[in-house]
Amino acid sequence: MALILELAVQGAQMMLVLLLAPLLTGFVRKVKARLQRRQGPSLIQPYRDLLRLMRKEVVLADNASWLFRVIPYLIFAATWVAAALIPTFATGLTFSWTADLIAIVALLGSARFFLALAGMDVGTSFGGIGASREVMIASLAEPAMLLIVFSLALVAGATQLSTVAAVMGSPEVGLRVSLGMSMIALVIVALAENARIPVDNPATHLELTMVHEAMVLEYSGRHLAMIELAAFLKLLLYVSLISCVFIPWGLVTARAGPASYALGVVVYIGKLAACGILLAAFETAIAKMRVFRVPDFLGAALMLALLGTLLLFVSRSL
Amino acid sequence: MNGLTFDIAHLLAGGLVLVSFMMLYQDRLFALINVFALHAVVLALSVAWQAYIQDAHHLYVTAAIALIFKAIVIPVGLHRIILRLGIHRDIETAVGIGPTMLAGIGLVALSMVLMLRVTPEADPLAREDLAFALSIILLGLLVMVTRRNAVSQVVGFMSLENGLVLAATGAKGMPLVVEISVAFSILIAFIVIGVFLFRIRERFDSVDVGALDDYRGERR
Repeated sequence: MALILELAVQGAQMMLVLLLAPLLTGFVRKVKARLQRRQGPSLIQPYRDLLRLMRKEVVLADNASWLFRVIPYLIFAATWVAAALIPTFATGLTFSWTADLIAIVALLGSARFFLALAGMDVGTSFGGIGASREVMIASLAEPAMLLIVFSLALVAGATQLSTVAAVMGSPEVGLRVSLGMSMIALVIVALAENARIPVDNPATHLELTMVHEAMVLEYSGRHLAMIELAAFLKLLLYVSLISCVFIPWGLVTARAGPASYALGVVVYIGKLAACGILLAAFETAIAKMRVFRVPDFLGAALMLALLGTLLLFVSRSL
Repeated sequence: MNGLTFDIAHLLAGGLVLVSFMMLYQDRLFALINVFALHAVVLALSVAWQAYIQDAHHLYVTAAIALIFKAIVIPVGLHRIILRLGIHRDIETAVGIGPTMLAGIGLVALSMVLMLRVTPEADPLAREDLAFALSIILLGLLVMVTRRNAVSQVVGFMSLENGLVLAATGAKGMPLVVEISVAFSILIAFIVIGVFLFRIRERFDSVDVGALDDYRGERR
């Protein structure tokens, strides 16, 4: 009976991330529009887009291989698994033993690898350009991400996300400059990985700058819906990761009753809203950079993460 | 020692290293000088915190000197110098940003390895401060090495001196006379270098130190 209950909570967590992901993107778009004194589309517009895309016919290029048709589902599956492993409202869920930070990075990395392959599959020049830019960004963002994981693992003594969140929530961590640097580096990595504004702007189709859009240009119908949903999930994943590691308060820890789980969900939604508002404000305040400036931006993240890891060695204790 | 006092000292000293890195990252003179002013502000905060936890009142004077001279007087003076020289729009790094940052990380790692090896028995706060101070000094030297312009070499020199002050305040019982004399010598050095800059400028019509190499007959 207890096992069924735990599985139910884990299942609820998986469904929660899936259901909230388009809402988060819609919320960020809405806040951005309001900040620019526009009305903006309604909050549920992303759901409507997904439904419409699901109903549409798939148009495939003549020379598209089987890989091109399989990849959207692969990307969606990998991203969903990664997002489902992150403790959103509760730690210590049934599958949390697999919620290893390195495994999550690997899942996202394989999703990106397949996306780059799909971009090159049809053989248009845009796909190639997008894939090469995506890989350039990834080759700088991934080491930074791994260094952040190393700093967290040095502090918490584990790469298990539940343990990391528990250690971060405990008062013994104190004020550490390394963790601040890791947080800024993680925010920069999240902006780059999610194709947010200083790095990429998925709302435009400008061939000089587009990265993510260039790769998915050939997709249509339900394939495009899968890729879009995976992109929404990825944004939610990074926001949950940041909030679970750096603002771990309000996570339900013990196996508690439904009331505390409900409270946990409410706190989690509050955190998502706060992060969404911050993201929208940041994107409104800043301009898109040139593609050739992106390595400098990500290099700063890499440098911060490396410095944070180094500074840990002279702190009070590891 | 209380955990939080150590954490705040660590935060301020680590912030100083971070600002040193920001100095390496800048490629405009004005931005460099603004970051140098920030460096001095963080230094003043760090010294004031040391004064508070060591209960050493003379250190407050050091903090005030750092705040007034290094964060206000010298940056304003440098701003006026570069406006008069007409080089406020120059971009002047001799080595690219990326390799410089990597070299800087290497220097920080080096200073930490060194300091943790040679001072295992010391007070943890002094130990951590010495490691940070050594990395700030090395980063200041790196700023001086990777810049072509004499003004930014002056800025690198002064950020190096900030590292010295941090080391001096981290060690308990440093008399005020020493700190005042160091701060004063920096001010004198600033004035001398300021005069010197205009001499270089008159001689070569530029403050690019590469011109000096040509003058000495060296090949670049």
